[in-house]
Amino acid sequence: MTALIIAEHDNDSLKSATANTIAAARRLGVEIHVLVAGSACSAAAEQAARLRGVGKVLMADARHYEGGLAENLAALIVSRAQAYSHVLAPATTFGKNVLPRVAAQLDVGQVSDIVEVLAPDTFVRPIHAGNVLAKVRSDDPIKVITVRATAFEATGQEGTAPIETIAPGPDLGMSRLLARELTHSSRPELTEAKIVVSGGRGLQSGENFKLLEALADRLGAAIGASRAAVDSGFVPNDYQVGQTGKIVAPQLYIAVGISGAIQHLAGMKGSRVIVAINKDPEAPIFQVADYGLTADLFQAVPELISALGQ
Amino acid sequence: MKIVVPVKRVIDANVKVRLKSDGSAVDSDNVKMSMNPFDEIAVEEAIRLKEAGVAGEIVAVSIGSDACQDVLRSALAMGADRALLIRTEAVLEPLAVAKLLREVVAREQPQLVICGKQSTDGDANQAGQMLAGLLGWPQATFASKLDIGADGATVTREIDGGLEIIAVTLPAVVTTDLRLNSPRYTTLPNIMKAKKKPLDVIALDEFGVDTRPRLTTLGLAEPAARSAGVRVADVAELLAKLKNEAKVI
Ligand SMILES: Cc1cc2nc3c(=O)[nH]c(=O)nc-3n(C[C@H](O)[C@H](O)[C@H](O)COP(=O)(O)OP(=O)(O)OC[C@H]3O[C@@H](n4cnc5c(N)ncnc54)[C@H](O)[C@@H]3O)c2cc1C
Ligand SMILES: Cc1cc2nc3c(=O)[nH]c(=O)nc-3n(C[C@H](O)[C@H](O)[C@H](O)COP(=O)(O)OP(=O)(O)OC[C@H]3O[C@@H](n4cnc5c(N)ncnc54)[C@H](O)[C@@H]3O)c2cc1C
Repeated sequence: MTALIIAEHDNDSLKSATANTIAAARRLGVEIHVLVAGSACSAAAEQAARLRGVGKVLMADARHYEGGLAENLAALIVSRAQAYSHVLAPATTFGKNVLPRVAAQLDVGQVSDIVEVLAPDTFVRPIHAGNVLAKVRSDDPIKVITVRATAFEATGQEGTAPIETIAPGPDLGMSRLLARELTHSSRPELTEAKIVVSGGRGLQSGENFKLLEALADRLGAAIGASRAAVDSGFVPNDYQVGQTGKIVAPQLYIAVGISGAIQHLAGMKGSRVIVAINKDPEAPIFQVADYGLTADLFQAVPELISALGQ
Repeated sequence: MKIVVPVKRVIDANVKVRLKSDGSAVDSDNVKMSMNPFDEIAVEEAIRLKEAGVAGEIVAVSIGSDACQDVLRSALAMGADRALLIRTEAVLEPLAVAKLLREVVAREQPQLVICGKQSTDGDANQAGQMLAGLLGWPQATFASKLDIGADGATVTREIDGGLEIIAVTLPAVVTTDLRLNSPRYTTLPNIMKAKKKPLDVIALDEFGVDTRPRLTTLGLAEPAARSAGVRVADVAELLAKLKNEAKVI
């Protein structure tokens, strides 16, 4: 049995969630191939070849794979999938977009967002915003799976797998990438950071997020936000933590001016240590916080910054 | 242009979901049910396209028990023109939902299907992409902006790194993200009017579609609850705890 991992990358470098997905695949006890489909993507393919546990890298290089859009990529995966027992991708916006299309075209179900591998056909996945964990068995001949990256520690870097160039499929001409507006930040990536400082509606404005930036800089932290903060336009959409945003599980999560709605908790309650700063002593966030500070954030956060600055 | 909008009936987003005491299933007795929030956004988007003169007819479709008629009536009260219930007592997986929706597309011949990006109960995030795959149509998922032009659609998508703008040919499947729009409230006159709009009910069996489950649920469990920790008096105590007790900074 062999698993095919769909690499997420930007042609120059592999996204780290790919290494977490390979870690999940290693629990299956099968051989592992990685598909790197892109345009001028050999650098990404070389990185994939170095990941521990990888037996072979398949590289498909063509202009129409540049943006990783679902239609052409799914067709390529489907054309190779019969040789595999499992097809896996990270449960990022990339994997969530492509893989259900693959599953449907193979006439198999998909197991979404697994957090545990119990057997080659049996997995644990959260439903209902993480309030319920379902143990599910896939009875399909090919198991199509997306993997929650934070649930599996990334595989190491000492591999030396061969890279095989494969023929690209046709350009179906159904979709085109026109532009990407990516948020540039010198801070660590939200889903990978050891410390995350998150702000909610309590921040009141985008301008006030500068306070959290100063705190994040002192701690080497990434910045996250609640949906309310994103919807209000304080910060971009990719900051959103929660059921319908990003799932994070850092060593330390500091929630500032966030009430703790179930949809928000779904995205951060796997964090090792949770700190809540909220002026309402009854806020539900305190029910999951290891350390709760009932205070006005506009006082507490500057105090924190100056204490850390010394 | 005709638009099909699939709407799912789910446990209301404000309800804290619990398992039945024997752990066999989610406790949905006497729990408030609503239209999946992402599907409300889908209905709203379809209505806006109609108001802008881009769309003609809007057909809302739900798959489930008779109780799903309430979410279909809500869609009609918002402004959908017709509704279709595919009646079944079974809990269907996304692949089965997508196969049934493919049959609906074959009958209705829409140019656009707008789904929610995920339902808040199953959290699968699959049905729209699967439908697009089965139809061989392009897909524009997690949409936060949708423009329909003469020869296709331009869609802004919410992705992990920020935003992405793509062009797709029509017909296409679009799935909605939270920031596509804010759904309107239904008014009493519109709720009354919705009662007169056509709502067809077709039994699942009439479609002759293979909807057997591909996954077997072996068990459900509630995750270990986090125990509430301690309150700290001030910033100094907080920092001391983080340094000396939790050792995270
Ligand atoms: C389908 C659906 C999906 C959703 N997905 C997500 C998701 O992925 N992520 C997410 O976060 N939400 C999500 N939500 C929204 C969620 O239900 C909440 O509405 C949202 O998380 C609230 O954000 P908040 O805590 O910032 O705002 P609020 O609930 O308004 O809380 C603000 C908090 O700030 C505190 N505060 C105010 N001023 C101060 C001050 N000066 N000092 C200290 N504290 C202060 C208040 O006491 C309050 O507790 C979703 C909702 C739905 C229906
Ligand atoms: C107790 C419990 C046990 C479960 N066991 C299983 C299991 O064993 N296997 C399994 O696969 N799932 C299981 N589920 C998940 C449940 O069946 C999911 O609802 C189902 O898999 C569909 O996924 P989804 O609704 O998350 O689809 P998504 O792909 O998240 O839905 C996206 C969109 O598709 C459309 N859509 C989806 N369903 C419908 C519908 N019925 N009518 C109209 N439009 C629709 C809507 O536009 C929706 O926004 C279980 C759920 C519960 C609560």
